[in-house]
Amino acid sequence: MSKAALEKLRAKFGDAILETHSQHGDDTAVIASERWREVCEFCRKDPGLSFDMLTDLCGVDFPERAPRIEVVIHLYSTQKRHRVRLKTRVGETVDEELVNCAVDTVVPVWAGANWFERETFDMYGVTFKGHPDLRRILMYPEFEGHPLLKDYPAEKTQPLIPYRETDEDGKPLEKQAPFGPDEGMSFGRKHFTNGGEA
Amino acid sequence: MEPIDLDLEDGELYLTADPMHLNMGPSHTATHGTVRIVLELSGETILKSDVQIGYLHRGFEKMCERGTWAQVFPYADRLNYVSPMLNNVGYALAVEKLCDIEVPERCQWYRMALGELARISDHLTCTGAMAMELGAFTPFLWFVKAREMIWDVLEEETGARLTHSFGRIGGMASPPTKDFKELTKASLAKVLSLMEEGEKMLLKNRIFIDRLENVGVISAAYAIALSWTGPCLRASGQAYDIRKLHPYLKYDEVDFDVPVGTKGDNLDRFLVRMHEIRQSMRIIEQVCERMADDGPVSINDPRVALPPKEDVYTTIEATIQHFKLIMEGAKVPAGECYSYTEGGNGELGFYLVSDGSGTPYRCRIRPPCFPIVGGLSKLLDGSMLSDIVPTFGSMNMIGGECDH
Repeated sequence: MSKAALEKLRAKFGDAILETHSQHGDDTAVIASERWREVCEFCRKDPGLSFDMLTDLCGVDFPERAPRIEVVIHLYSTQKRHRVRLKTRVGETVDEELVNCAVDTVVPVWAGANWFERETFDMYGVTFKGHPDLRRILMYPEFEGHPLLKDYPAEKTQPLIPYRETDEDGKPLEKQAPFGPDEGMSFGRKHFTNGGEA
Repeated sequence: MEPIDLDLEDGELYLTADPMHLNMGPSHTATHGTVRIVLELSGETILKSDVQIGYLHRGFEKMCERGTWAQVFPYADRLNYVSPMLNNVGYALAVEKLCDIEVPERCQWYRMALGELARISDHLTCTGAMAMELGAFTPFLWFVKAREMIWDVLEEETGARLTHSFGRIGGMASPPTKDFKELTKASLAKVLSLMEEGEKMLLKNRIFIDRLENVGVISAAYAIALSWTGPCLRASGQAYDIRKLHPYLKYDEVDFDVPVGTKGDNLDRFLVRMHEIRQSMRIIEQVCERMADDGPVSINDPRVALPPKEDVYTTIEATIQHFKLIMEGAKVPAGECYSYTEGGNGELGFYLVSDGSGTPYRCRIRPPCFPIVGGLSKLLDGSMLSDIVPTFGSMNMIGGECDH
């Protein structure tokens, strides 16, 4: 980990660095969400920092705090061999709904952020503005809610989804007989042999 | 005789025109792990691919927030189910970092030995399965036979072949058995001969080489940008091995090399894994020499370590301590830490947040193969349909950790 990186960030961004700490040797900076992308780009490009690898990106939920979700990234520099942790805080609960839960994407800075951001979107509902392909990744499209939020009950079950008739854009799927409720049944294949007549 | 396709007009089978859409998976015979690849093909060339995961999602991180810190060990086992010991050790080190605990020296050596055994079994599984998917069944059987020998050692030590749950906060569940060193050395000799035999058979096989060489090439810079770690990154020529660069346990005291590739193609990834097996054997040999034959393998700290069983049954203090640790869990000081170790596939990170209670507030795992599979579609685009199988095989996707 690198204390010098924190000094540098503080000197460069001043007020945008909300707080810093170095618990257990992990240097951490909390960044104002509006300048998230800018700080990340600086970390990537500055020759003294050159954090070229995004090792991890995840979320943490603190429902009692005002911006309740922390987006946490861990950076590593393969040249300097130092690490830093950056955080930003987004999202509030208004009438039991998550609002303002958006932050700029860092995919243009590190290509590897793509799936990590999709996962954080899936699990916490954080929207990454400008993400090229923000879809659910671990859960299925019909899933409601975001399972890693603290107010999502762990025991909750969701109903089985019906067979999909349309694709994600709403266009009807051209499915042939072995799909659907008759899937796997021998009579389901009648379509192929005599044009659907029994 | 009438042609049989006379009355097919209604339900005629036709192939869609260019580009053709093809689903590969979720359960495909030539991929290990449940993954679905949606392909857009022009002839046999892949125009666009979309890798979809999540079929093995079990809510690992959510479950961790319900139990005690110690109850995460069985879940950690099931993340990477071909090298569970590495996950156990990785998680134990993360919690110990949060508690500022250092485990006894003998335990550190022991963790290294077991971890390297797990790494050998991980690499054997990956390379064996990769060969099998390309049609070479014999080396797969030999590698699995070698893996069985390693699992025999682990069974002897932990009592379980696959999901050991052997790590503890502040130590290991039990000390090494009396015959551990002899058994390990004897098994490794057999494993090495089986592995070399299989390796020779593969590397002298024209078909195998042709299907791996110059397929799935990735540069070191791009692999870093995609957050790749482990053998897949090292095959591109970047010698990023946490054991060497940021040593934990006793890795700075043993002598081993970090094999790197030159081109970053499938063959390099295969070769790097094979050489890493040899390096792991070197490490284990040194560990066997240096590990003391007696001494504690757990710290004697009543806040986190369970008391010895005989005390639990005979003294009231130990009974209470045992009860508190099991029912409430060890209290981990509030704070956060990120701890990283070299797993079978690369950097295995645990980001833990504690609120000072006996339950993890957040237990984030950074599975090494998640970003690697995330970069898979970049490698597939523009290649041939038949290249998917070797390229996917060389990634070593483990559904358990990739899908959390």
